[in-house]
This record gives sequence, structure tokens and C-alpha cells, in this order.
Amino acid sequence: MATAERMVPFAARLSGRGGLWSWITTVDHKRIGILYGTTALFFLLVGGLEALLIRLQLAVPDNGLIGPELYNQLFTMHGTTMVFLVGMPIAVAFFNYVVPLQIGARDVAFPRLNALSYWIFLFGALFMNVSFLFGAAPNAGWFGYAPLTSEQYSPGLNIDFWVLGLQILGIASILGGVNFIATIINLRAPGMRLMRMPLFTWMAFVTSFIIITALPVLAVALFFLTFDRFWGTNFFVPTAGGDPMLWQHLFWIFGHPEVYILILPAFGIISDVLPSFTRKPLFGYSIMVYSGILIGFIGWGVWAHHMFATGLGPIADAFFAAATMIIAIPTGVKIFNWLATMWGGSLRFNTALLFCIALIAMFTIGGISGVHHASPPANLQQTDTYYVVAHFHYVLVGGLIMGIFAGFYYWFPKVTGRLLDERLGKWHFWLTVIGANLTFFPMHFAGLLGMPRRIFTYSSELNLGSLNMVISIGGFTMAVGTLIFIWNIVRSLRRGEVAGHNPWNAHTLEWATASPPPEYNFGTIPVVESREPMWDRPDEMVAQAQRVPERPVHMPSPSYWPIFTAFGVLLTFALFLTETWWTPLLGLAWTAVGVIRWAFEPVEH
Amino acid sequence: MLPRTERVRASLAAVPPFLMTFLLAACSGDHPQTTFRPVTEFGAEINDLFAGIFWWTMLVLVVVESILLFVILRYRRRADQSPPKQTHGNTVAEILWTLGPALIVAFIAVPTMRMVFFTYREPAPDALVVDAIGHQWWWEFRYPQYDVVTANQFVLPVGREVHIRLSSADVLHNFWIPRIGGKRYNYPMPVDAEGPHAKQNALTFTISEPGVYPGQCAEFCGTSHAIMRKRLIAVSPEEFEAWVQRMRGGVPAAAMPAPAGAAELSPAGGAQAAAADPGAAAQVDAGSLEEQGRQIFLRSTCVACHTIAGTPARGAVGPNLTGFGSRWAVGAGARPNTLENVVAWITNPQQLKPGALMPGTQTPAPNGFPPTGLSPDEVRAVAAYLLSQK
Repeated sequence: MATAERMVPFAARLSGRGGLWSWITTVDHKRIGILYGTTALFFLLVGGLEALLIRLQLAVPDNGLIGPELYNQLFTMHGTTMVFLVGMPIAVAFFNYVVPLQIGARDVAFPRLNALSYWIFLFGALFMNVSFLFGAAPNAGWFGYAPLTSEQYSPGLNIDFWVLGLQILGIASILGGVNFIATIINLRAPGMRLMRMPLFTWMAFVTSFIIITALPVLAVALFFLTFDRFWGTNFFVPTAGGDPMLWQHLFWIFGHPEVYILILPAFGIISDVLPSFTRKPLFGYSIMVYSGILIGFIGWGVWAHHMFATGLGPIADAFFAAATMIIAIPTGVKIFNWLATMWGGSLRFNTALLFCIALIAMFTIGGISGVHHASPPANLQQTDTYYVVAHFHYVLVGGLIMGIFAGFYYWFPKVTGRLLDERLGKWHFWLTVIGANLTFFPMHFAGLLGMPRRIFTYSSELNLGSLNMVISIGGFTMAVGTLIFIWNIVRSLRRGEVAGHNPWNAHTLEWATASPPPEYNFGTIPVVESREPMWDRPDEMVAQAQRVPERPVHMPSPSYWPIFTAFGVLLTFALFLTETWWTPLLGLAWTAVGVIRWAFEPVEH
Repeated sequence: MLPRTERVRASLAAVPPFLMTFLLAACSGDHPQTTFRPVTEFGAEINDLFAGIFWWTMLVLVVVESILLFVILRYRRRADQSPPKQTHGNTVAEILWTLGPALIVAFIAVPTMRMVFFTYREPAPDALVVDAIGHQWWWEFRYPQYDVVTANQFVLPVGREVHIRLSSADVLHNFWIPRIGGKRYNYPMPVDAEGPHAKQNALTFTISEPGVYPGQCAEFCGTSHAIMRKRLIAVSPEEFEAWVQRMRGGVPAAAMPAPAGAAELSPAGGAQAAAADPGAAAQVDAGSLEEQGRQIFLRSTCVACHTIAGTPARGAVGPNLTGFGSRWAVGAGARPNTLENVVAWITNPQQLKPGALMPGTQTPAPNGFPPTGLSPDEVRAVAAYLLSQK
């Protein structure tokens, strides 16, 4: 059937093997998803390399391998990269590729805006990393606490790259969030009611709302810092009447919802993957939807638990402790519902399911240490130590990354038409899970035994050398696993087993159309009558989805205005580095030209 | 489908496979910055609270991971299997596993709330007040009731309530001595700030055991954050009084005793303390290397930044060097406090501690303060003088 579509001339012309230009001008959500995914994987390697250098330095006490200047850049960029250049874009890659297919749409609501998001993201990511070439990568930690980030204490270009780079990346995220909300509200297939949407689409929906509300808070904080650094204001300078706590509040009002921006997509992925490999529908669908929404809301009321050691006073501490503990309840419900989905099922231990199991096992550990520091007095011992480092890596590697890997094994055949290799997949899985636990579990002990985070070296008197050596070995084990994963992708692209349209006997709509789908996704938009259309009426769904259209399907035309406009956005912020007031205006002018030409771009028929 | 061996391995992965190994590794040996052996009621209360929370959450962990393990082992797909029963939910079960965690959260929240207020309690009127001021990258300790100032290593009496007021001369720092208890931020506001914006954190506790308790800055504060270490020496009230007298540049009293544990933590410092002649601590023989060093110190630019009680040196920018010879390290933990290390430090601090805001003999400080221009012989003499300051 895959070959049948390739014979449709219109489809072949647009989605067929295109050159570089076709990728630069693409507005196809599937191609943009692939661009996002590839870029995020590249930065996963970059961030992973930074982590390995960190672990080389910390493997033995009093090590002189990497000096503090470089080390501080490495841990700052590791955190910034993994959150903004890996975690968020890789989720957006899945949103892009999967959501329109899951709801029976031909593309996202604003295809050119989608391309603009990607190019702004790419330019922001490159801008942030170009700083390494200047020997001036950001070096104040991924949450950049004031007043260390002020011109007085960080006079170099390092923080300039960070504040401007994050501002660029934030714009990309907000545009993407708007796009997905509009898409999910407006472009669902007939019969695809909200409460029939797959859980992944639901979580993309919730996440998009968090993105468009949380990222602007970060933008405000970054603008304040930009004013402080470039124009001598004193928002965060305590001796001039400013307040460094203002930065912390703004950052974490963004930063805690950010945690849910990172984790909810992974929750969505495994909620869709589990039914395929257990042959049972998701247990408690509506509770899973509501708990996701609830987490999204309560996630707004817990930010100050990052700040218990700042001395907010007992009332604030008590309030935020209670809110934080309450959020454990809907999260726990999700875990129990996944277990109940597997209970009584017929489990097929594919790599995708293995990663789901790893997510449940490891995220639970991360959730539990999270409850530990939700208690402010206990937090006073644990915060700013490796106990916290252990916690958030169990949440983000054990939760987000495991979910992402599950998603890769699950949707790779839809994207490429070929399965990832299962034997390599098992190697990838075991090295990753063993490596991750070997890395992050001992960190709990290192923290409680007195190791603060963000130190480039530690004294041999602390007697933490052997724990740190184990941690470093674990890190390199994970790295080997990741390389096997990359090799698996490269190899399976050419030699993987041909998948067919629904290799997993999955229940959602994306499996009705061909693998890979034609540019227009569905020959006819299928009419949905239930939550599990591909289980309830598979033949009908496939027949509608893969019907060869009699006339060419009208799809949005490619456009180079998104990349042109994105370059203007990059220029606007990058030219701040010249420290002149008028050069950023050139970037604004460039952007304005792009926007105007975009608006009046002729529609091709 | 997986062969049986892989299934067993899959089930093992569900529980942290290294738990036992690390428990053993972690419990063996001495960890001077452990949070598990607090020496104050403040630390002990935190530890007890954490222990309670820990066991409740372990219950959740064991339940979840056991169910997961059971499901993995029990519900493997068999070749001839027909589709399993299609269950969409179960209201009773879902209510139960909402209420269960909610109850556990309540069990955790109630003792937490009680302790939250305890961590903010007011000190007793006769509490010993100490100002701990963070600097990039060293600690200043002021005893306003005694007019004593020291740096990086400080002394507190056991059995008396201590109220440590936290502030910072530059960026955020975080005061942490794990065996005392929890940490709080040194807010970047002068110690004597007043008015609506003034903000200061504090820690209040009573030490119950004499000993040496190391700690370090816990909030990232710039280049050499990792070498912003400190050491608390807890002694009897009498020994504390004697220390105060010495630090005031007064008549030398009994030598600083080395409490239990000091020698093993700091071989260099311990050995020196034992070797030093107690009566001669603050005095210097005329014509000796130490006396030469004193004169060089006092006529060089050292005094622009450093104070030594009982001398004209009154600089207030860098660490107070009174009693420097009894400290365990030079450079807030950069190196053990030996003559060679002090010579290396004065010659070029950047080599021992990148970013240190102190000039070398030939190199300016990162903030532009000019080099001291001392010759190698002069440096040696100054180092000998400083180490003689017990």
C-alpha cells in the first residue's frame, strides 16, 4: 500500500525525495516533526557529551582535569541543553508528527507558523552553543540565580548568550503551543470528540496550555535581566532596592510548570503505548485525562518548593509544602492506572513496552524523593545537594527519556515505514536502564552524605570518591546505550523490517494510514465512533484513510518566509551582543519584512 | 517474546538493582559531611521527620514495584492466547488508590507543618549570636557580642543556643554544615542592612557534642564555589571563652585544644596544633623569620585587605587572618595549611583557586588589584609569620 501512494503524482511531487530546499521550505507537520526530532537527538548527544565530561572530572576527588571555568560552563549547558534543546523539542517532535495523525487532520492549524517555530528554535539552539566558540558559554547554572548573573558579577558574554538564547527559544515554544491548541480544538476528524482523543493528544493539549502560559513568565524575567545587563536597571540588584528573590519567583513560576511540560508528553506516550502491548484499553481513561489536567493546574501552585532554603517564612513554606504533596495524588493515580492497564493483559515485551516499564519503575522512585523534599525541614538538608540531582534525573531520565525512547520504538515504523531492530533495542534498553540506575541511584547517597551540587571538585576527606566513581561508570554505560540507539536508527532506516500500516495492532487513528503516511495523511478523513477506532472498526478505518484520492488533495504550499523571518528574530537578539542600541533594530526590520511578505504570500493552487 | 532468563532480568530491573551494594558502601567509612549523624537538636528533629516520611514513602515504593514485578511475571503473552478481558476501569479501585496516597500524604504533612514552625523559631535571649557572611569564595564569621572576627574556621561552644544570622557581601550563598542541620541562603544584603528591603535568614540550634564539623557553600556562587569550604570547631564553654580572648588579641590563654576528630580530619593542622608552643602563639621573637614576616606583612599591600587583631593591619575586604595558623586550610579549603601551601598561595592564588580575588606576587587579582611584588624570600617570611598566628 505504501507503493500505491507513491504513484499518486501530486503526493510524490511534494512528499517524495526532496532536496535540501524542500526541507528548508517545508510546512508539512511530518517533516517538521522529523526536523525537530533529529535536531533534538543531536543535542541529546551534545548534552550527553557535556555530562560525560562532568563525570570524568568528578570520578575522583580533588581532580584537576577540568578547571572550574570550563566545568561551570559544562554543567550550565548540560542543564540548559537537556531542558530546552532536548526535552522540549523532542516532545514537540512527537506532537508534530503524531497529533495531527491521531486526530485525523491533514496538517496543523498554522503550517507556516509551525515551520517558523522550528527555525527559531534551531537558530536559538545554535546561538546558545556558538558561545563555546567564544570560550564564553553560559556559566551560572540553568536557573541563573540573580545577582550572580548581573553585569557586576558576570561581566563576560556568557550570561548574554544565555539570556538572549533563552529568549529566542521561548518565542519558538510559545508559537508552537498556540499552534497545537488551535489544531486540537479545530482540526479533529468527524466524531473525534475531546473524550475520544488518544491520551497522547490530550497531554499535548494540556502541555500546550502550560507552554503558552508559563513561557511568557520566563520571557518577563529574561527581559528584566536583559535590561539589568544592557541598560543598567536594577530589577535584581538588592543594594539598589531591587530583589534577587523576584528572579527566583519568576523563574520558578515558569520553572515548575516547565517540569510538567517535560513530563506530561511522556505520560501521554506510555498511555498510548501500553494498550498496544497489553491488548487492553487504557484503564480509567477519563481519570487519566482529568489527572493530567489537574497536574497541569496544581503545577502552577507549587513553585516555591524550589525556594524553601531561601527563608520564605513558615506560612509560605507550609502552603507550598501542602500543594506539592497534593500533586503527588493525581500522579500516583496515573501510576496505578498504568499498572491496572497491564494487570490481566497479554504483555508483549517489545522494546517499547520495556521502556514503559522502566518509566513506571523509575519515575516512581523520582516521585518518592520528590515527596521527601516537599517537606520544607527535610528539604533544608536535601536542597542544593546530589539528593536533588538524583531526584530530578529519576524524573527526567527515568520519566521523560524512558517515555521518549518508548515513543521512538513505537512510532518509528509510522515515520519511516520500517521497524527499529529489536535485538539492538534490547541492548539499548538494558544498557540505558542499568546505566541510569548506576548513575542516579548512588547520587541519593552522595547528597545525604554531604555532596553539594554544582561543585567542580570535592575533597577526598568527604570519603565520596568510590560513590562518584560508580556514578561515572554508570554515566558511560548509558552513553554506550545511546550510541547503540543511534546505530539502531541509522541501520533500521535502510535495513529495518518493513512495518506495514499497523505493526503493533494499535488502537489509535494514526495506525490507519500508510507508513509513512502520504503528505495529505488521509485519503478520506475517517469518521470516528469510539476511543479505539482501530480495534473497533479497523477495516473501515483503513479503507477510508488509505483511499487514493481522485483529485489532488490541496495542501499548503512550501514557503521560505518562515526561515527568513526566523533569521530576523535571531538577528534581533544576537545583535544585542554588539552593545549598541540601534543594531537590534536591523534585526527587527528584517523580521518585519519577513512578516509582511509572509502575509501577502500568494496562494498556489 | 523473550527467553526466560531475560524475563527474570526484566523483573530485577524494576527494583533499583544496586540498593544493597550502595547501602553497604554508604554506611561504611566516615563521612564528615553526613546528614545522618546530626549533633544538634535542629538536625536531629529534621532527621527524625525525614525518617518518618521515608518509611511511609517506602511503603508506596514497595507496593508499586511489587505490583509491577507481579504483572511482568504473570501476564506475559503466550503464543496461543486469545485477547484478554477488556476492562475500561473500576470506580471502586480508582477511589481506593486515590484515597490511599491521600492518607499517606496526610501522615507526612502533619508532622511537617509542626517542624516548619520549629525551623523558624526565635532564639533565646542569651543565645550566642554569630554573623556568617558569605563572600566569593570564603566565609566571614563575626561575633558581635564579643567583638571577634574570623574567617573560614570558627569556634562555637557546646550546650549554648547559637543563632547564626546569614548574609552575603556579594551574590547568593548557602550556609550548610550538614551535621548541624539544614541550610539556608545567605541573602545578598549587608549584615547591618535596615529598612523595608532588609532581609536576613538565620539558623538556631544548640550543639551537643564537641568535634570538628566541616561544611561548604551549597548554592552555586561563581567560579570557585566548590572551594568555599568552612569548618566549625565545637568546644566546651571554657575553651570557647579562652578562644575568644585569644582572638581579641588579648593575653594568650590556654592553647586551642584539638577536639576529638580534629587530627584525623586535618593531619597538617592537628600536627601543628600539637607542636606549637602555646605560650608563644601570638608573640614573635625579634630577628626570627616570623618577625621579618610580620614587618613585611605590615608594610606591604597585604594590610589593605586583611586584619590581624593586635596589629595595625585593619583591612576589611579579605579574610581576617587572626589565628590563621590554627586553621585547617589556606584559601577556604583550597589546600592544607602547610608552609609550602601558604607560600604557593601568596605567590599565585589563581593556581590553587581559580578566580580568587587576591593578587599574587606578580599577577593582579581578577578585580584589578595590583600584584604585591613580594620576593620569594619575603613570601616565605610572611607565610611563616601567618602560620605562627595561632
